[in-house]
Amino acid sequence: MNEAATILQTTSAANTPGESREVHIRVRDLTMAYDGLVIQHDLNFDIYRGEVFIVMGSSGCGKSTLLRHCIGLIRPAAGSIFYEKMDFWGSTEKERQQMMRRFGILYQSGALWSSMTLSENIATVLERYTRLSKSEIKDIAYLKLSLVGLSGFEEFYPSDISGGMRKRAGLARAMALDPEILFFDEPSAGLDPISSRNLDDLILEIKESMGTTIVVVTHELPSIFAIGDNSVFLDANTKTMIGYGSPKELLENPPQPIIREFLTRGEQ
Amino acid sequence: MQHFHFHRSEQETLFKISPSSGDGDAVTVSLGGEWRMGSGSGHPATLFDPKHPIGDVRSITFSQDGLAFWDSSLVSFLKRTRDEAHEKNIAIDISQLPLGIQKLLALSGSAGKTDAEMPVYKKHSSILLALGFSSLRWTHTFEDTLEFIGELMKSFGRFFRGKAHFRMVDLLQILRDCSANSVPIVTLISFLFGIILAFIGAAQLKMFGAEIYVADLVGIAMAREMGPMMTAIILAGRCGAAFAAQIGTMTVNEEVDALKTTGISPMDFLVLPRIFSLAVMTPLLSLYAIFMGILGGAIIAQLMLGISFLQFVTEAKMILTPMQFGLGLIKSFIYGILIAYAGCLHGIHCGKSAQSVGVATTSAVVVGIITVVMAAAVTTYIYNVLGV
Repeated sequence: MNEAATILQTTSAANTPGESREVHIRVRDLTMAYDGLVIQHDLNFDIYRGEVFIVMGSSGCGKSTLLRHCIGLIRPAAGSIFYEKMDFWGSTEKERQQMMRRFGILYQSGALWSSMTLSENIATVLERYTRLSKSEIKDIAYLKLSLVGLSGFEEFYPSDISGGMRKRAGLARAMALDPEILFFDEPSAGLDPISSRNLDDLILEIKESMGTTIVVVTHELPSIFAIGDNSVFLDANTKTMIGYGSPKELLENPPQPIIREFLTRGEQ
Repeated sequence: MQHFHFHRSEQETLFKISPSSGDGDAVTVSLGGEWRMGSGSGHPATLFDPKHPIGDVRSITFSQDGLAFWDSSLVSFLKRTRDEAHEKNIAIDISQLPLGIQKLLALSGSAGKTDAEMPVYKKHSSILLALGFSSLRWTHTFEDTLEFIGELMKSFGRFFRGKAHFRMVDLLQILRDCSANSVPIVTLISFLFGIILAFIGAAQLKMFGAEIYVADLVGIAMAREMGPMMTAIILAGRCGAAFAAQIGTMTVNEEVDALKTTGISPMDFLVLPRIFSLAVMTPLLSLYAIFMGILGGAIIAQLMLGISFLQFVTEAKMILTPMQFGLGLIKSFIYGILIAYAGCLHGIHCGKSAQSVGVATTSAVVVGIITVVMAAAVTTYIYNVLGV
């Protein structure tokens, strides 16, 4: 572990006083690289069960890349990601698939399968992993869509609805299997302030009602402060994490000036 | 240091260089005239041009003297001058220039900072370097291709074990797109191709009084080679391109990522139905194309050579055994798989931009046609060796 990570761990200890809290995701010495070009290195942080964890940093710092490493789309150049005690990238393909079944992912664009209706999008996930009857699958698909306020749009195609609705439908699909962990990649991107706020409220409702661990990649300040319990700040210049703790504490006691600058839009 | 005036025209002075009072190492540059983009080739690119006698100075102060108009041409001149001055350790003072220019120069970044802090991707100036990068790209492409073929084999394995996950409705829709929707163009092309073959044959065979063998020529050519080949080229343009565009767009929209993270193999869900569709539909359409080509040939034989339709069909039936059709259909089966493979491969490996979808589509068609022609050559050689 590098020096910065040791300092950050000390900082984070103050931010995570609950010793009894269960670590859900553990990232250790993670290095991410594309074609030999290091994006981020020596990332070390824990995500606790039931919290909303924010991955923040300036554009191009590797936030979405970190998420893609966590959800199994890119293999790390070095280091490990543990889900509870299971080493995600050290496991077999089959074990990894089983772990991935516990994830739900809301992609930046919604990533709904365009050849299917909204209910079919959800049904496809349920068909893959459950042995429910067709009518039960349909009921659950309709339920999930109603939870995100899309009742009446079940048989619409993704191209027939607005960007905000596509995001919500994507969330309904992400929640299809009642996942333990939900990943959000830039949930507010492309949304108006009210839709963005509604999505934040929805994230909090999911956390409170289902106890889901939620990881959000974002640089939207209102969202960061509204929903974030804990966070990590990735720096594009040093290519490593330079802040770890709750967003409010990072604002009050920033380990680096750039974090305060980021969290105040450079206004202080 | 002598005074220097830079004129665009006799009436207009763009800048004057003069020694600063009391300091021999400093000069003052007074900007004037109209600095307007698109007003001809009169703007200098930088102050540090051999034509401008700056000399060895330590500082340059810019001022304005009758500066009537300025736009990005002046800012560009000042930026380049500032950057070059930074390299030469010459101090630049722009505080006497309009505030707008000062702000734009500040926005354009301070000299030396960008190069120091940002990674710079320079064009490969060395031939060896370019060759190396090109080889690496080819290696990546080769690896991607091998990986795709390996994944496809695994997907076939899952299919035969009944574990592949795809929607029957998608398969039926792709089957329809590849078949019924392709019939009009296949009809037109193969009919015309039969006519062309008959024309060529008629002109040659007439010289030997062997006109009746036009039926043999058209029949054999269409059944063994040209029917499957023309169908394959049409399908490479229609279906191969469509496959690459559909899957490429899904890649751009993260739909392929969503499949992977849902535990659904994109190979099973997207590639298998497309390969099955073309593996089935290419032979069927080829068979249709063969008959349309023979029909075209028969019409020309009647019009040009006076061979009746019945005579033509009787002669063609003698040479066109089921074996001849079978050989053509085996080829078209292979072509179908190759076209679908090329379309899906380029769709799956599409980048993340709209431009990459275009590249994937073009590549799918080009690779599809090339592989079809190569397969045609190989299968023809094998048939020849086998004596069939």
